[in-house]
Amino acid sequence: MGAYNRILGKSLWVFHVSASPCNNCDIEILDLLTPRYDLERFGIKLVGSIRHADVLLVTGIGSCKISERVQRIYEQAPKPVFVVAIGTCPAAGATFKNAYTNCGPLEKIIPVDMYIPGCPPKPETMIAGVAELLGRLK
Amino acid sequence: MPTDYNLPVGPFHPLLEEAEFFKIKLDGEVVADIEMETGWMHRGIEKISEESTFDQSIFAVERICGICSASHPFACVNAFEDIDDIDIPLRARYIRSLVGELERIHSHLLWLGLAGHFIGYDTLWMWAWKYREPILEIIEKTTGNRNHYAMFRIGGVRRDFAPSLSDELNEKLDTVARKLTMVTKAAMDDPVLKSRLSGVGVLTKEAAIDYCAVGPTARASGVAIDVRKDEPYAAYDLVDFEVVVQEGGDVFAKTVVRILEVFESIKIIRQCIKALSKTGGAIFNDAKSISAGEGIGRHEAPRGEVFHYIRSDGSNRPVRHKIRAPSYVNIPTYKASCVGENLADVLITLAAVDPCYCCTERSVKMQDENGKELTESLLKRSQDKTEELIRELGEYEAWRYL
Repeated sequence: MGAYNRILGKSLWVFHVSASPCNNCDIEILDLLTPRYDLERFGIKLVGSIRHADVLLVTGIGSCKISERVQRIYEQAPKPVFVVAIGTCPAAGATFKNAYTNCGPLEKIIPVDMYIPGCPPKPETMIAGVAELLGRLK
Repeated sequence: MPTDYNLPVGPFHPLLEEAEFFKIKLDGEVVADIEMETGWMHRGIEKISEESTFDQSIFAVERICGICSASHPFACVNAFEDIDDIDIPLRARYIRSLVGELERIHSHLLWLGLAGHFIGYDTLWMWAWKYREPILEIIEKTTGNRNHYAMFRIGGVRRDFAPSLSDELNEKLDTVARKLTMVTKAAMDDPVLKSRLSGVGVLTKEAAIDYCAVGPTARASGVAIDVRKDEPYAAYDLVDFEVVVQEGGDVFAKTVVRILEVFESIKIIRQCIKALSKTGGAIFNDAKSISAGEGIGRHEAPRGEVFHYIRSDGSNRPVRHKIRAPSYVNIPTYKASCVGENLADVLITLAAVDPCYCCTERSVKMQDENGKELTESLLKRSQDKTEELIRELGEYEAWRYL
């Protein structure tokens, strides 16, 4: 997939999956697209349909109710698709680790390519993470 | 050919930031009924809070919602302080109000941007979020983080407001006020925007009262309720501000209320900064323990009234922690505002109450293995058990036991 990935790196389209987060990482993801941080300069664009996505940005603990839907979303995505887990929740559960609705961590539900921890990660951290992903694709 | 059908929206939909499911019943292109399924964002925070110590539960409730990350701890500490009548130093009261109002500005600007995005006016989105950044910078300098401030503790605040920040803060507020005036003029006088939003999703005053709407949703329908004025806490009785009320009840009125509230918040913050430069003293009273009892805490969050109820039994953790977020009462107003609208207007009407599903989802639906709902029988069983305990132990003993 070397050549394909190289081309893919020029313009990654991301889809945002909220799997029971607290909204915080989500608004920081949107913040990335606005003029201060402007992620579109890397060719990264937020898309509305999973069928157009190259990257899934997953936030939240992955509660038991939504985990099945997240799986379905992942199956519907055209492959190869990269899963980036944003925040501490998908990595380890953070405050909700002992919650009765916790069906995570995310790697139990879908395969994860990259973690960007933080509660919430600062936009700079997310940009660094995404730049790292772009670097790997080249 | 039948003209009525059901349109499923969600749980993942381009216009829903959070996972949420709506079943919209259509008659042609007109909405006949709307139903909503919740629970996708449920994380069981009430239970987590009951398993945590008092100091930890403030951090747990902070993670109810990332946008309201000052509102829930604010109401929570109000509830803890209500149990023991703990006094808060004057300086801490001003800092609390300052953080609360900074959050209101960032939340309202966030909503304004998203509302623009929902109607396809992305310029407004980019503008609003661009001018929200200076506010987040101020928040970061004042509290140490862009979101999840962790400022509140029982009896005061955790971090002092550095006097050296005052000038910078005033300067940034000037910039935001100036830019926002520009955005307001550009957006509010735009004939396209006006015709797109006026008369859409009208929530009448009667309906707002019937559905117990709170916050900007109620105030845009002519119901002047605001916890900051009705039952002042923190420093809200020491500062001068107006409750913004509009009569229209449509999406346009809700937008106007939110924009004017931002200016009111800027006014409050300026007064807080001025008062903080004159007020010295400690920023917290140390509270070593919480005695047995019940307490309620209220706070006017950006979306309306947050309500926290806490029962303590004298140990180091809350026995019961009940949370009611503003969206919980604002979301059912969809039944009044969406029915009869065109399908194209529904999503902006849904967004107009600034719903926060993360705040709302505090309970789960219980089903047995056949898919039958257990909620009613659970409630009845719980009531029966309580009654039985009261019969056996007497009311006083039973509540202590619970």
